[in-house]
Amino acid sequence: MRIRPVGAHALLLDFAVTMGAPDAAPPDLGDSAATQRPGEPRHPARHTPSRPQDGDVATTVEAWRAELWRRRDQGDLVATEIVPAAATILLDGVPDPPATAARIAGWTPAPPTATAAAGTIEVPVTYDGEDLPAVAAHWRVDVPAVVRRLRETEFRVAFCGFAPGFGYLTGLPTELAVPRLATPRPRVPAGSVALAGPYAGIYPTASPGGWLLVGRTGLTLFDVRADPPARLTPGTRVRLVPA
Amino acid sequence: MSEPAIEVLRAGALTTVQDLGRPSWAHLGVPRSGALDPGALRLANRLVGNPESAAGLEITLTGCDLRPTRATTVAVVGAEVDVRVGTRPGDTGRPLAVPGGTVLRIGPARRGLRSWLAVAGGITVTPVLGSRATDTLSGLGPAPLRDGDLLPVGAPAGPPAPVDVTVPVVPPAELHLAVRPGPRHDWFTPAALDRLLGTAYEVSPLSNRVGARLTGAPLPRAVAGELPSEGIVLGAVQVPADGQPLIFLADHPTTGGYPVIAVVDDVTPLAQARPGTTVTFHGSER
Repeated sequence: MRIRPVGAHALLLDFAVTMGAPDAAPPDLGDSAATQRPGEPRHPARHTPSRPQDGDVATTVEAWRAELWRRRDQGDLVATEIVPAAATILLDGVPDPPATAARIAGWTPAPPTATAAAGTIEVPVTYDGEDLPAVAAHWRVDVPAVVRRLRETEFRVAFCGFAPGFGYLTGLPTELAVPRLATPRPRVPAGSVALAGPYAGIYPTASPGGWLLVGRTGLTLFDVRADPPARLTPGTRVRLVPA
Repeated sequence: MSEPAIEVLRAGALTTVQDLGRPSWAHLGVPRSGALDPGALRLANRLVGNPESAAGLEITLTGCDLRPTRATTVAVVGAEVDVRVGTRPGDTGRPLAVPGGTVLRIGPARRGLRSWLAVAGGITVTPVLGSRATDTLSGLGPAPLRDGDLLPVGAPAGPPAPVDVTVPVVPPAELHLAVRPGPRHDWFTPAALDRLLGTAYEVSPLSNRVGARLTGAPLPRAVAGELPSEGIVLGAVQVPADGQPLIFLADHPTTGGYPVIAVVDDVTPLAQARPGTTVTFHGSER
């Protein structure tokens, strides 16, 4: 893990840099973060694009996400926002970032198996998406095999983004990653179940979108009157069961 | 007797309900939103005797015309604008008494871009996730005002502030913004930070509540490829493929896939930056 300062009040925990890399740059912690001056670029990190599809990175992010949320609940950590993403976790609204970074560096997250308390949600899906044949072609299988695979996969919400309540679901292996449409659709209906890269996702509201459509659900995914408002919160396990 | 309200006679180019936004929901993909210059809205609220967190209006460039159904007190803070209460001229930066049924005109901005109007009792549209702010990115909160809208107003919390005048902050012709490098300055060539700190940029007409787009010396990347999506902070200077920086403002998305070369310490001056405004950056002391 490398902890990068972000402005005056935030930290970015970057899990991509050191994954399996013995030659990785040392983490920027405490005083080294405090003494960095604008106009003095830090020693460049290894220029290896990180791989969000890497299961180890996603697992590490999830373990740290759970640890940081727990620490905040216990009062060990002050942060307005703790935002997991593909290979990072952003802590925003941190009172003393260098001191907080130094403390985080001494923490070890509990293994993810112990943090599966977020629960499992079954999303009823009608598998009739118009891009099923395209997904089948990418996977080199037929459409029923695609549906079977999606039905049988245990997904987990890795992070939210793009729109309120839009969860990026991990669980498919790297080799089943699919490209986005070259030209996004101007309007994807709410409840559309779709794939892009290594992720599955469900559009909470109608919006433009370039993900490959595999099905649809009638489940409401974002409701501002619900607590929490999003059905798919980070860490939640998800099954896309037949409707 | 009906509840107090404000009738929107002329909504103008973009007038939205804003308060201090809805922080703490970013992990669910919910943007912070809220007034682009929270300090201005807080001041306007204090002037009319409201809690600082009350919802008011953010008025953009062309102004707007309003008519309260009952006598009330308002305050306008922000851009240099003409304010009229009926036929009488009114000042910005101080409480103004508006008789019921009298038209309150906020004129076009002569300097600066945005004004914040507070009304005693606050705008009391239904809150969404703890905030009444209009989020122009996600669509949460009330829609931008349209002609004919009727905005509910709450009961005044206290008397207006006993001030004659506040010191107006004149929107500067040029902005000098303090930045801190990172978190992804190592995705750029060393020349990129030098350019960001050493050359002048201009605010693009494509700027909005999501971000201030700048045009100027492109910032060259050292690392090709895509950055996996990661969390974004207010003031992040994101650099898309064309190398032209974009500074994220209140309605910014919660995650993004372009590298952030630096973060601006205080974005509030950008709330008044018209297209064409010159922006320069300098380092920030920690």
